Amino acid sequence: MSSAPALDIDHIAKLARLALTAEEKATFAQQLGDVLHHIEQLAKVDVTGVEPTAHASPIFNVWQADVAQPGLTVADALRNAPAQRDNMILVPKVVE
Amino acid sequence: MNYEAVIGLEVHVQIKTQSKMFTRVATGYGHEPNTLTDPVVLALPGALPVMNKAALDAIIKAGLLLGCEIAPVCKWDRKNYFYPDSPKNYQISQYDQPICLGGSVEIELPASARNLMGEHKKIPLTRIHLEEDVGKLNHGATDSLVDYNRAGTPLMEIVSDPAMHSAEEAYAYLTSIRATMIYGGISDCDMEKGQLRCDANISIRPVGATHLGTKVELKNLNSISFVRDGIDHEIKRQIAVVERGGTLVQETRDYDGQTGTSQSLRSKEMAHDYRYFPDPDLMPVRVDAEWKTRLQAECPELPFAKQRRFFEQYQVPYSLTSVLVWDRMLADYFEAAAQLAGPGKAQAVGNWIVNDLLRELSRGSAAAVGDAALRPRSPARDGGLAAPADAHALATSKVRPAHIAALVNMVDAGTVLTNAAKEIFIEMAATGDQPAAIAEKRGLCAAPIDTNELETWCRDAIAANPKAVAEYKSGKDSAINALKGPVMKAAKGKANPKLVDETLRRLLAVM
Amino acid sequence: MSSKLYFRTIADLAAALDAKQLSSVELTQAVIARTQAVEPRIHAFNSFDEADALAQAAASDARRAAGQSCGPLDGIPIGLKDVIAVTGQPLTASSKMLKDFVSPYDATVTTKLKKAGAVLWGRLNCDEFAMGSSTENSAFGPTGNPWDPTRVPGGSSGGSSAALAAGEAIATLGSDTGGSIRQPAALCGVVGLKPTYGLVSRFGLIAFASSLDQIGPFTRTVEDAAIVLGAIAGHDERDSTSFQAEIPDYRAALTSQRGPWKLGIPKEYFAAGLDPEIATAVEKAIAFYQSQGCEIREVSLPHTQYCLDTYYVIATAEASSNLSRYDGIRYGHRSAVGKDAVDIYAHSRAEGFGPEVKRRIILGTYVLSSGYYDAYYLRAQKVRTLIRQDFLHAFRDVDALLTPTSPMPAFKIGEKADPLALYLCDIYTIGVNLAGLPAISVPCGFTKSGLPIGAQLIGQPWKESNLLAIAHAYERAHDWSAQFPIF
Ligand SMILES: [Mg+2]
Ligand SMILES: [Zn+2]
Repeated sequence: MSSAPALDIDHIAKLARLALTAEEKATFAQQLGDVLHHIEQLAKVDVTGVEPTAHASPIFNVWQADVAQPGLTVADALRNAPAQRDNMILVPKVVE
Repeated sequence: MNYEAVIGLEVHVQIKTQSKMFTRVATGYGHEPNTLTDPVVLALPGALPVMNKAALDAIIKAGLLLGCEIAPVCKWDRKNYFYPDSPKNYQISQYDQPICLGGSVEIELPASARNLMGEHKKIPLTRIHLEEDVGKLNHGATDSLVDYNRAGTPLMEIVSDPAMHSAEEAYAYLTSIRATMIYGGISDCDMEKGQLRCDANISIRPVGATHLGTKVELKNLNSISFVRDGIDHEIKRQIAVVERGGTLVQETRDYDGQTGTSQSLRSKEMAHDYRYFPDPDLMPVRVDAEWKTRLQAECPELPFAKQRRFFEQYQVPYSLTSVLVWDRMLADYFEAAAQLAGPGKAQAVGNWIVNDLLRELSRGSAAAVGDAALRPRSPARDGGLAAPADAHALATSKVRPAHIAALVNMVDAGTVLTNAAKEIFIEMAATGDQPAAIAEKRGLCAAPIDTNELETWCRDAIAANPKAVAEYKSGKDSAINALKGPVMKAAKGKANPKLVDETLRRLLAVM
Repeated sequence: MSSKLYFRTIADLAAALDAKQLSSVELTQAVIARTQAVEPRIHAFNSFDEADALAQAAASDARRAAGQSCGPLDGIPIGLKDVIAVTGQPLTASSKMLKDFVSPYDATVTTKLKKAGAVLWGRLNCDEFAMGSSTENSAFGPTGNPWDPTRVPGGSSGGSSAALAAGEAIATLGSDTGGSIRQPAALCGVVGLKPTYGLVSRFGLIAFASSLDQIGPFTRTVEDAAIVLGAIAGHDERDSTSFQAEIPDYRAALTSQRGPWKLGIPKEYFAAGLDPEIATAVEKAIAFYQSQGCEIREVSLPHTQYCLDTYYVIATAEASSNLSRYDGIRYGHRSAVGKDAVDIYAHSRAEGFGPEVKRRIILGTYVLSSGYYDAYYLRAQKVRTLIRQDFLHAFRDVDALLTPTSPMPAFKIGEKADPLALYLCDIYTIGVNLAGLPAISVPCGFTKSGLPIGAQLIGQPWKESNLLAIAHAYERAHDWSAQFPIF
């Protein structure tokens, strides 16, 4: 991680499902290049033997008992749907 | 050249819980679309997941049943990919710290005949992890409709090592997993309801080779016979490609059980990069010894272990145990009846259950056993054995273990003869009356025989058949049967065969 | 105290309401009128519903009349940042993506405020999906700083700080992922509290970075912060990261917890880049505590220089995944361009998200992508461990840390175009989020040009009582919170 690897903006935009314009791609690539360059300094930290922190103070076994509770009505579930039919969310045909 | 197939299975099992994996809205099948949702299921802005304790119990139990090591600590990861059936566009799953590691599934391969026990093997497992199911897409001609009722249902993924080598093994593996899950009360494993789903990774290599060939993932093996047929088909397809001089490509293929063909799924998606990372919304799970011990105590004896014990304890043959042990209720029923009947009568008890009781039950609920192909049964190919009755029919049958035990003892004591006992059984199944009462009421008891009279008939038979006596004396045991006919005839068919046999032998012995 | 109702404190108004000197309807009307008057210049709200607020106020008055007041928040108009769900109300995250979204459920803090009788008033502007430090990233236009509407109110909870400073609410809620409560509080001259991670439920808070986000209050005084925190804190079964902590009486602790305290001054927080006027103001605050008999110690948080990078890796990674759900399928903006599902995703998201959100999604996707995870995400999580250890180490010797909240006062709208320059706004606040600590920004003076300055007190985990008491001691001896912007 001595020098910032080039960010393949096309590939990342595809993974992130963002249809970026050519202009956006160019701008982001440059801006994020600067940010990544800054982030490079993390490589300087000696993290030998250091455990990663996913939660500032982890607790274990946070769960609920398996007791069913009421959910949303169909009307509320679909209230914000951009398109629907037969109480289901309508999407263009999904091509596998 | 001869080829060997290498098969690994990924089996998804829906865990039977009241509520979903990460929220408490109810689970269910066959409900009106989008009636089992809440903000968490729909991934509304701001919704957060909370684990379902019962699902954790279930997977640990599954792990214990299959001899897995239960990780002392496991965590949740997000598997990121976009698909309309996945509301968050990531699936909460377990990546590098699954809850169950290792373990194995014992399978039995078919033998040359169905009354013979086949070879047993242990298929090693890689891991079992917990995750959440996705919603359901209903594809139309020009659009698709999404129902999120299934989304968020607890799902267990059982991953085997690439350690199977035939469709037969894969089939036996799946059968065994299904029986284990049903036994443990973990899942009903109804494939029609999608409660058990299977993907197979298949490759071939020349026999003797140790490398792995190009792997093809076969999807949608959504009935237990499709698993066998689909894998068979894929192995043949791969061998054909190689023998034609072609090259196999790593791909995912979709098997169509109706037509028995498969086709490549050329996804429009780019190569997958799931960007797994620990889910910051969930806390890790720690499994201590006490939790494991408590679940271990709830673990039932599995079918093959039960079968071995039945051989030992009851001396019942394979032809019976291979039916009895695959249904936990039926096995328990057998044991209860065998205990009540007393020593030495287990085989008779087993015969009554397998031949008569199951017939009566399937007659009583023909519809309920219509999907018999989906139930656990003997792995013996093409069954032929009576399918175990469904749980409801057995539980509500009027014939209780005590009835069977009583009937077996009546036959054994000669109180009723076999043909009469069959009649008694049918009435018992209809009315639930005690066999003695039925025999009494319908005059089916064997006539009480005066032992002096019986001895006289036996002496007459011995005197009248010197040739048979000579043969018997010279060691041909079956020659005694020739003497029984005249005795029975004299008794007008109502003598106790056991007593006749005993009397004849006693008299012959002193000659 | 101001004679104007809308500039008064919760404590003061609650007393007046209890004494029947005032009704909630009168108070709410005053806040509505004030809002209508200043909104054209401030634009703190994305939406509000006067009739709904007045109905809540009338219900509150009825409760009080029946002797069934729910406590000090009953009848007090409180504004919510537009990332907190309220049933039947818009929930936009200041994004075109959720422009028309109406929440079918309540966030846990919403439920708690409703139980406390608060009048829920309006949806407050913010940086889109809480990503930013100036509220300029809102799809619905920037918010002006009441002290100078040509300047930013800070962010991302800039609507929450500006509305409060301008008298458009008596208190507000915001969310803080890297300073998004404390920095706008400092820039608008109000109190902003970011609780210990896990003290306040995140259920119903639109997630930016799940392991860092925390809801907290904006108030005029530390006492008011204690009142609101008492109402919203507490374990929530629906948030797995919420703690089962005993909730003390924070308000009582303001006077029961007495110094002198030991305060630590992290030397790394007074380095180059700090505005000299801010440095001077904070040094005066340090001098104040010293004069009160507090022991002042210089401490070191040696990994401070890595906070920003650690933060941007972790926060963007989590955000890239959290924001995947905004795909135009079940709700939200759906592009008319897409022909199939994949197209719909890419176009809906491209049209629905603004540039900063896209930048962060790209960065977060990148740091998690195959081949880079270990170098970026995993390494950042390890550095996060070191950063937290720095703080816990310092807390062996001191009760709290005192620092500037922001390296600069409110800047001009449009002044900072470079994302990296904006990221530097958070250098004193993000360490707290990475370590999961509570921190409060309290007003500590003004620049010569009349812009507010904030001082940040960072407390030990779960010791909000102590932190509030320390802040309260300073506030009581100063009159910063009695000054109001002039319109
Ligand atoms: Mg898999
Ligand atoms: Zn899976």
